[in-house]
Amino acid sequence: MYRTIRKLFLLLPLGLAVAASAQQVLINAAGATFPYPMYSKWFDEYHKKFPNLQFNYQSIGSGGGIKQVTEGTVDFGASDGPMNDKQIAEFKAKNGGAGVLHFPTVLGADVPVYNLPGITQQLNFTSEALAGIFLGKITKWNDAELSKANPGVNLPAKDIIVVHRSDGSGTTYVWVDYLSKVSKEWETKVGRGTSVNWPVGLGGKGNEGVSGQVKQTPYALGYIELVYAVQSKMAYGRVKNSAGVFVAAALASVTAAAASVKEMPGDFRVSITNTPGKDAYPIASFTWLLIPEKIGNATKKKAIKDFLAWMLADGQKMSAVLGYAPLPAAVIAKELKVIARIS
Amino acid sequence: MAATHTTLAKSGPMPPPARTLAQRLRAGDQVAHGITLAAAASILLITALLVFELYINSTESRAKFGWSFLITQTWDPVADEYGALPFIYGTLVSSALALLIGVPLGVGAAIFLAELAPPKISDALTFLIELLAAVPSVIYGLLGIFVLVPILRVAEPSIRALLGWTPLFQGPFYGVSLFSAGVVLSVMIVPFIISISREVIRAVPADQREAALALGATPWEATWDVVVPYAKSGILGSIFLALARSLGETMAVTMVIGNDPKIKASLFAPGYSIAAVVANEFTEATGQMYTSALIELGLVLFALTIIINGLARALVATGSMGGKA
Repeated sequence: MYRTIRKLFLLLPLGLAVAASAQQVLINAAGATFPYPMYSKWFDEYHKKFPNLQFNYQSIGSGGGIKQVTEGTVDFGASDGPMNDKQIAEFKAKNGGAGVLHFPTVLGADVPVYNLPGITQQLNFTSEALAGIFLGKITKWNDAELSKANPGVNLPAKDIIVVHRSDGSGTTYVWVDYLSKVSKEWETKVGRGTSVNWPVGLGGKGNEGVSGQVKQTPYALGYIELVYAVQSKMAYGRVKNSAGVFVAAALASVTAAAASVKEMPGDFRVSITNTPGKDAYPIASFTWLLIPEKIGNATKKKAIKDFLAWMLADGQKMSAVLGYAPLPAAVIAKELKVIARIS
Repeated sequence: MAATHTTLAKSGPMPPPARTLAQRLRAGDQVAHGITLAAAASILLITALLVFELYINSTESRAKFGWSFLITQTWDPVADEYGALPFIYGTLVSSALALLIGVPLGVGAAIFLAELAPPKISDALTFLIELLAAVPSVIYGLLGIFVLVPILRVAEPSIRALLGWTPLFQGPFYGVSLFSAGVVLSVMIVPFIISISREVIRAVPADQREAALALGATPWEATWDVVVPYAKSGILGSIFLALARSLGETMAVTMVIGNDPKIKASLFAPGYSIAAVVANEFTEATGQMYTSALIELGLVLFALTIIINGLARALVATGSMGGKA
């Protein structure tokens, strides 16, 4: 008798766990660090709405996100840069021919930050100036290219100390993608990547490393993510867009950059740096969720599809508070149609 | 041990149970032998597995670059061209600098704490120093950026005035540099040198010291000429441990070294270390060749640590033989 009771008690928690797991759905995801605050807010809100649904997102970096979704160790990935054709081919080879879908979630932007003692005005940067500085061709703050863009600012005759990211990062990808578009020399000599062979400069680890280095070093210039610049209250420069207007990065000008893409491709794998719009900030980018086209588990499939629809509607309203630029309406409409392709 | 068994067997009140006790003890010995052997073997196994994994996963990079990987200066993830030389250079130079600063400081402090300081002060200071060894390296990195670098910026003109004629202190100083990395590392390794060296010096038998004093040596002569040579191998051991730590240090180094993979003669120039580049780039490394090259860097660091430790050990072996002769 005693034994039976003891057995029952031993089995009780097990039974509860089985019952709970029948309802609980855990969806694993991994990838980009830049949108992590946004995603964790979304996953949290969504969990409150549907308590049986739990998302577990590991912000291990875009490269890791692509790797893990390809290997199938997570249900979906996230990346600041779109997967290239080779990566998509590899995905298909490992997943029985089924592809992977890119869903833009929010927008980010890179801003130039600097430390010029005694100068309080917001500086203007042309594309030629930024490319020249990062190529190591423009070395002084009072270079003609910089003084021309900043009339009335008394720029010092000091060396520019360039600071870039030392870790591989989507932020770097956006920055060098922009430089590649505006400078042929950059494109051939350095090119695009999450880390590149920098012609000049010091490396700082993470947004905090670059901004720390810039704050610490007089006459330094670096680039950081807009959200980070806003949160840490750092002054940043305006950048001249392809329409010839100096634009400061802000939620509206970043969304405008995405809206001014002339032809949005069906798979959303598009760079939105240096887009044509008059109000568009030129160094902006989407960040993507990478969702497998075929999801075997029906419960997970439904949950992911529902979440995507919610993210494109209610989710978008939460982005501005956290400093992320929301998607333009046209992109949202297009994405909603693509959700149906998940099978 | 055999002696223990016989005494137990003899002193036992009745022979039969005493024998079983002895047998039991022998069985326990075998178990202990087995467990400790397994523990020792597992260390070897882990090391072997580590090398194996690094070797297998760096196949692509080794096949493409061969030995030239070690002497190439380019690190270009976009063009998939990789070479380890700037990282090897940065690792060696920052560690050498750390030892250059840390060893005299650490050994000096250890001698003071073990031989000269009043016991109360010695114990209190040792406690604080051991606390230093437990500080996470990211804290040292932050201290490096926010405290040490500004201090170095102030001290730079005087360093330049003193040593500016050497090629080692030429060129602009941005704050972050090989020099800053060496200084931060030296602070990090000093606690290891001090706490181990102090224990070793204290373990020197008192009659050694007393004999020297009896022969008319002053206290300092007894310490320097008798106690320290006696403790030499232990002190050198603490230095090896410190060296190993500084070769592999990641967070603190990457925060102050400047992360620029170029070889410049000046210590004021930014550099890069192997551990730092792996930590920086591995998470976002896409593409097989890129990952493979980073893993090969890990292999290089492993080999470097073994070679340096081997060389140091060989040096000690010849040194101590010469000392005895």
